[in-house]
Amino acid sequence: MALTVSREFTDPSAAELLPTVRQMCDDLLAPRAAAAEEAGEFPREVFRTLGAAGLLSLPFPEEHGGGGLPLHDYLQVIEELASAWASVGLGVSVHTLACFPLAIFGSAEQQQRWLPAMLGGELLGAYCLSEADAGSDAAALTTRAERTQGGYRVSGVKSWISHGGVADFYVAMVRTSDDGPKGISCLLLDADSPGLSARPPERKLGFSASPTAQMVFDDVPADGDRLIGQEGSGFGIALAALDGGRLGMAACAVGIAQAALDLAVRYAHERHQFGRAIADFQGLSFLLADMATQVAAARALYLTAARKRDRGEPFGVEAAMAKLFATDMAMRVTTDAVQVLGGAGYVKDYPAERYFREAKALQIVEGTNQIQRVVIGRGLRPS
Amino acid sequence: MRGLRRDRCPLPGPVTGLTVPLSDLEMIGSNRSGRLTGESVTDPSWDQQNTDGPAIARALRLVPGGAFAVVRIVVCVKQVPDSWAEKKLNPADNTLDRDAADAVVNELDEFAVEEALQIQERLGGPDDCQVTVLTVGPEKAIESVRKGLQMGAGDGVHVVDDAIHGSDALATSAILAAAIERLAPDLVLMGSESTDARMSVVPAMVAERTGRPQLTFAGKVDIADGTVTVQRVTDYGYDVVEAPLPALVSVVEKINEPRYPSFKGIMAAKKKPVETLTLADLGVEPAVVGLSGSWSAVQEFAARPPRAAGTVVTDEGDGGTKAADFLSAQKFI
Ligand SMILES: Cc1cc2nc3c(=O)[nH]c(=O)nc-3n(C[C@H](O)[C@H](O)[C@H](O)COP(=O)(O)OP(=O)(O)OC[C@H]3O[C@@H](n4cnc5c(N)ncnc54)[C@H](O)[C@@H]3O)c2cc1C
Repeated sequence: MALTVSREFTDPSAAELLPTVRQMCDDLLAPRAAAAEEAGEFPREVFRTLGAAGLLSLPFPEEHGGGGLPLHDYLQVIEELASAWASVGLGVSVHTLACFPLAIFGSAEQQQRWLPAMLGGELLGAYCLSEADAGSDAAALTTRAERTQGGYRVSGVKSWISHGGVADFYVAMVRTSDDGPKGISCLLLDADSPGLSARPPERKLGFSASPTAQMVFDDVPADGDRLIGQEGSGFGIALAALDGGRLGMAACAVGIAQAALDLAVRYAHERHQFGRAIADFQGLSFLLADMATQVAAARALYLTAARKRDRGEPFGVEAAMAKLFATDMAMRVTTDAVQVLGGAGYVKDYPAERYFREAKALQIVEGTNQIQRVVIGRGLRPS
Repeated sequence: MRGLRRDRCPLPGPVTGLTVPLSDLEMIGSNRSGRLTGESVTDPSWDQQNTDGPAIARALRLVPGGAFAVVRIVVCVKQVPDSWAEKKLNPADNTLDRDAADAVVNELDEFAVEEALQIQERLGGPDDCQVTVLTVGPEKAIESVRKGLQMGAGDGVHVVDDAIHGSDALATSAILAAAIERLAPDLVLMGSESTDARMSVVPAMVAERTGRPQLTFAGKVDIADGTVTVQRVTDYGYDVVEAPLPALVSVVEKINEPRYPSFKGIMAAKKKPVETLTLADLGVEPAVVGLSGSWSAVQEFAARPPRAAGTVVTDEGDGGTKAADFLSAQKFI
């Protein structure tokens, strides 16, 4: 079902894009989501169609083939996509995360060489930071890039990598020295690099259509020009990418919660008990009212953070707040949506239980919500 | 330019609840209609072979004197109420209530636009083949032209005039025909029916009025040597039909997969020219169109009755046969 949300955009072109996005959601995403999630099938061709329509490059500069949209407008597209099919909204956000290091920190020469193809819609990216022993403490990563004559050889294992095994390029944070966070560098690697392989996808609680896999780097050669930014600047690049990525997760969370709310409202008006629609019971309508209010608040929070970034101001703390609030909100709202549907909410004939399972992941990815609090807490200083 | 001439119109009028079998309408222009090549194919597996693009381009663009000519395609699109929405008639004049539902481009017309764009790509691009989107409709209908431009068409024509309101298929076809005469394209592409009126007669009428061969229900279109060849979808497979250009082709949804407008296409469409024309510009008399000039009129209408209970087939060992009989009686199998 199409979202009923009325939207405001910074760039009027985004408003003109919205009908196409909604048409794609209605025709291409929503009808397939349930079956593909059940079967654990990654919808590669859906991403090709999105790419052909320019939806895989919206927030990047037009000079490199991007759409040149402000983050504020791009994120609302993510929200719409996630509302129809969360794995697709998440996937577009992950692709953006993977393009970000080159688009912001790459040299002009590197950008000219690789960026147009990465933004062209045919290719899909993955972002490799986490490792089995370096999750929240990502700076403890041990995947190592040894210097060789013309570049590096990379060895190690990255964990929980979205699009692992299906991506066309991988941006990887690797250790180039033992100097803690300052010893981390960022490399851009092709999927067909020798020695790079994916382990079988993880079996997950939700997001089954979005493959998450360990990526094995077995002495993978990388030319020197594959280094994005300076040697040792990789951790800063990774965190900068995550600031935007967290807003992507917030937008996905709001999309899922909106879908759950829409479903709950529709069901509550159709379902009759004690001779009337269950929506007519105040006990239930207050639940729906709280859900709707939380969704609206979370949307306002992520859009405020995005506008800050679009004005060129620091927005890391606001992004962390938006990610924390929106994903916790989505967990509550999807839980309540299951409750509104009762038994029907618990069985798989309705998507309520799927929204609930999907919301859980968003409290963990791109920094757990505890880590978001760490970021926010650090930003709270007496002025 | 040929105006509307009722004396040439073989349909009695005015009539209510007009249903004319398409085959009859096709007889109207039979002397100029697409010629059956004699190839009738019952195997519905489509000929997916790609035609040799450059060869077509050479064959088609060569005009007398050896100069290269641009191929011009006009695609007719209609704005209709969203096919999923419940449609309403306006009790004041028994015409469609256009405010009752979201307006969208008639689905089959998007296939026609897509086909035009694919032909354009095969012929070498916009320099070799121009695609124009044409619509007849109220102010708001320009949105459907815009959608065609967003998909990739080069320019648009919007015929808008208060006198058009309430035009039936015959009247609409007169306006479309006048616009097409003015644009004089090599090929006219249309969807084979609209989701609101569902009469499937306008392509045939426009072809007749403009003196073009009509090739209807196309599931595949090829152009070569000044000839258009289509696979005309039938109940049993397809017929191969060909005609010299200029011609008119109506398409069915099998023909392609319409693209979504790209973000760049949406941006570019804003700068593309759309010509607005009135009936006077086209030399069409207001008296022959609109509610008063239409040959058919809706005299009354009633809400759809609530859905009747379905047919229950009880399986007494022969359920499969009964279900198959039902389906074949409904022509599903
Ligand atoms: C579906 C999915 C997709 C993912 N995709 C990617 C991807 O594409 N790329 C990528 O690099 N990673 C990805 N990840 C990994 C994800 O980013 C990590 O799982 C996450 O950062 C948490 O790390 P961890 O799992 O090691 O948990 P841990 O760090 O072990 O945390 C365990 C618990 O301890 C808490 N904790 C840890 N440190 C603190 C602290 N200082 N204060 C308070 N509490 C703390 C955490 O909040 C958590 O509750 C993905 C994960 C999932 C589930």
